[in-house]
Amino acid sequence: MWYSHIFYSTLMWDDHRREHVQGKTRPSSRHLDLIVLRTLVAMGPMHGYGIARRIEQVSGNQVLLNQGTIYASLVRLQQRGLISTRWGTSGSGRQAKYYSITRSGRKRLAAETENWQRLSAVIGRLLATPEVGR
Amino acid sequence: MRDFMREWLMRVRSFFRKREFDQDLEREISSHIEMAVEENLRQGMIPEEARRQALVRFGGMEQAKERHREARGLPLLDSIVQDLRYTFRTLRRDRAFAVIAVLILGLGIGANTAVFSVVDTILLRPLPFANPQQLVWIAPPPTKCGFSCETYSADAFEEFRAQNHSFQDVAGYFAFSTEDNYRLTGRGEPVPATGIYVTRSFFQVLGVEPSLGRLFTPDDARKGSHPVALLANAYWRRQFAADPKIVGKAIDLNGQAVTVIGVLPPSFDFGAVFSPGEKVDLFTPFVLDDWRDDGNDLTMIGRLKPGVSLPQAQADANLVAPRLYFNIKYPTTKGWYKAHLTPLKVYVTGRLHRSLIVLWCAVGFILLIVCVNLANLLLGRAAARSKEFAMRIALGAGRRRLIRQLLTESLVLASAGAALGLGIAYAITQYLAHQGSIALPLLSDVRVGGGALAWTVLITVVAAALFGLLPGFRISGVNLQEALKDAGPGMSDGRKHDRLRGVLVVSEVALACVLLIGAGLLLRSFLHVLDVDLGFEPSHAAAIKVDYDDGGSPAKRSVIFQQILSHIEAIPGVEAAGIVDYLPLGRNRNWGELKVEGKIYRTGEAPSPLVYVVTPGFFRAMGMRLVAGRDFSWEDSPNGRKVIVINEALARALWPQGNAVGQIAVRDGQSLLVIGVVADVRETSVEGAPGWQVYYPATQAGPAGAELVIRTKLPPDTLADSVLRTLRQLNPNQPAAAFVPIQQIVDHAVSPRRFFMLLVTCFAALGLILAALGIYGVISYSVTRRTQEIGIRMALGATPGNVQLLVLRATLRLALIGVAIGVAASLAVARLIASLLFGITPSDPVTFAAIVVILASVAILAGYIPARRASRIDPMSALRAN
Repeated sequence: MWYSHIFYSTLMWDDHRREHVQGKTRPSSRHLDLIVLRTLVAMGPMHGYGIARRIEQVSGNQVLLNQGTIYASLVRLQQRGLISTRWGTSGSGRQAKYYSITRSGRKRLAAETENWQRLSAVIGRLLATPEVGR
Repeated sequence: MRDFMREWLMRVRSFFRKREFDQDLEREISSHIEMAVEENLRQGMIPEEARRQALVRFGGMEQAKERHREARGLPLLDSIVQDLRYTFRTLRRDRAFAVIAVLILGLGIGANTAVFSVVDTILLRPLPFANPQQLVWIAPPPTKCGFSCETYSADAFEEFRAQNHSFQDVAGYFAFSTEDNYRLTGRGEPVPATGIYVTRSFFQVLGVEPSLGRLFTPDDARKGSHPVALLANAYWRRQFAADPKIVGKAIDLNGQAVTVIGVLPPSFDFGAVFSPGEKVDLFTPFVLDDWRDDGNDLTMIGRLKPGVSLPQAQADANLVAPRLYFNIKYPTTKGWYKAHLTPLKVYVTGRLHRSLIVLWCAVGFILLIVCVNLANLLLGRAAARSKEFAMRIALGAGRRRLIRQLLTESLVLASAGAALGLGIAYAITQYLAHQGSIALPLLSDVRVGGGALAWTVLITVVAAALFGLLPGFRISGVNLQEALKDAGPGMSDGRKHDRLRGVLVVSEVALACVLLIGAGLLLRSFLHVLDVDLGFEPSHAAAIKVDYDDGGSPAKRSVIFQQILSHIEAIPGVEAAGIVDYLPLGRNRNWGELKVEGKIYRTGEAPSPLVYVVTPGFFRAMGMRLVAGRDFSWEDSPNGRKVIVINEALARALWPQGNAVGQIAVRDGQSLLVIGVVADVRETSVEGAPGWQVYYPATQAGPAGAELVIRTKLPPDTLADSVLRTLRQLNPNQPAAAFVPIQQIVDHAVSPRRFFMLLVTCFAALGLILAALGIYGVISYSVTRRTQEIGIRMALGATPGNVQLLVLRATLRLALIGVAIGVAASLAVARLIASLLFGITPSDPVTFAAIVVILASVAILAGYIPARRASRIDPMSALRAN
């Protein structure tokens, strides 16, 4: 009870996450990774600010996103070899770090996209089944 | 999989290049913000608003960085490193506490690791042979008549080996070798060496491979073949400077050229397994044909065939043993044997099982006491740190984070303790392994091995969890407001805290009490063992192995012995001297049944006494008591009337009505006149009851060797040189044999008991000190906390005596509860060690009373220091404080 709670939470120190706040969706880190990859495919090489703005625009502000959080996603994807980086100059002549998707990034995105579509179709169908006993 | 590896590599990389990554991120974020500001400006915001909006949209800066670090690095390791840093900082601040804690833990863990190493070597690890589980000790069930009844004749050995169906092979060694039975010459002064005859497949059965040369072959063990020898590794190094070309060379043993055919591996130590505390230097083949007409000479060790179980082998042996002949030439000697099988491991270490388990438990108790003690210390510290923890909780530290922090602290302490403990254990095991005077099997193999290391890690972690979690739970359960308020003046943090510490101290005292009573019982037993009437006087006497060549003639031997003794007795300081072939508490032998003349016995009814061949004067030199009759004299000549002296036990067995002197006994048709009766000698062990003994004069019977025993008022060592010089004058071949005090032989025999007793006593003393520390800590702490209360009491008229009494009463209450629980537990525990006790009952009232008194007085002493401090509190300053 009390002890087991302590032990459990001592062992599992992964973060607590609230997924829904005020009607907006906070994407899990896995979903954010997927979104970032898709954005890079759509836009070509882009810096962090551009990616964040693009996500906000495309989602129509439905996604609750502190712009700062995408940097964790970016470094994670980079370490997995799904995106590559280089420092470059932006249109306004400012130094910025540009991200572009790699070949294995594209492969992963294709796989994840298919997976996602299949899953959402299945879940959609399941959730659409009529309730019984009402 | 490759991606996974890659990711982890990157994570590890970024963990170590934190600064570089942080700077990179910093740059990226600032460019992010600038771009956002630019865009906002373009949309027409005023500059301040543009920046503010940009920052808002970005979200928590530190959180973003933190997430970045978590995503790229090793967050768990990060926080561990953080905890470690913090731990080292706090411990450095509180150095006295850290030192005491590490010392206590080091002692506890060191003792545990050392004892585990011993237990591991002797009990847990298999014997150092190939497939040791197949090895079986084959012997008749133990009887009263010593080694001679636990061994087999050459014929019986050969028949058993041929007829059984359960063993791949059976081998044995000659059970009656004495130490220093060889004389190595040809390299300066003659040097003594200890050799053992082994049957030719002995090493093959054990699965021992030579490190140089070869093992014995059937040819080596044939009658009349060229003499060969195998050297023990240690002997080869010591005596032959590890000569790599020794194989094939001839060495001079007892005046005979013997070819060295091989050197045994360092891992093979005959003495460690078969005769603890002795060293064996070389091995020669046992030539069966030379021993056909001798008695029982051989032990038997068999290697089971694969798939044969011990009960199957026992059933087989039960069929084969009765078919064996003592001597195949005499049909009536069939059916004398039984064969009882024991796994070799059990034969070697079985007796020690209980002692070692007891030792293991005792040392486990020590670790428990150490844990309790540390939990206590940490609780005291936690109380002092409660404000710090409350502050950290208030600042947002999670409960689990605090517990993790405390666990890190206790783990750091425990690890430091373990490092110290390993050092201590290493020293202890080194000492034990290199000290030959403890007759425990395999002790020379003791070392801190892999098993002991694993055990150390295990107990370290368990101990850290034990003494770290308890204060951890208490702290994390602390009520914030109360804790912060508690720091205010005059508040006490509740009786709950005190009660927990009280419980800890009580359990500590109880554990120490059990240990002390156990140690007390073992100590009293040991003292009883030392008090045993050995039948001889071990102090002021010493023995040396004498070389002589009588050519097998009793007359010549008489002359030689008489000459030796007269010269030795002429040395100033020598009070008496005599010669015997087997010293007590060592090897022994038996020449079969001794009967009363004219009396008819059923088979096995007549006593078979142990046989000793002695010269006149031996009884006096050994300090034995002649109860009736006379000692041998040189007039008991080879051709005169055959005479014997018997011990009281044998006298009672043969002539229960008394008056044995002057009676006639018969052995193998030879009539023997009993001329004297001596007091019983503890011949096989100090603790066992003495058996039957018979003494023959060396002038009439053939001895198996010669041990010269000298009695002197001087310290025996001072005579060593002159005795050896005298022997050399008479016989240039006399090797430089050791001059062994008889007391040393007795010490050797009681050394296992002394070993266990000493260890348990040390542990008990350690437990007592720790318990005293615990009591002192708790009482001292409560005095500090109650300074004001005591001040008020004194202001209201309490005398210093009243105050001291108050504190001492609290101390005694804790101690007495602990003692009461400890005594109750001891009554149960003592019954478990009853078989290790000697001369006392497990509930020995003297021991129990003594321990209760000791514990109570130590408790009072531990409480007296804080009590004195309490009585000196100045009421005025105590009230004014805070």
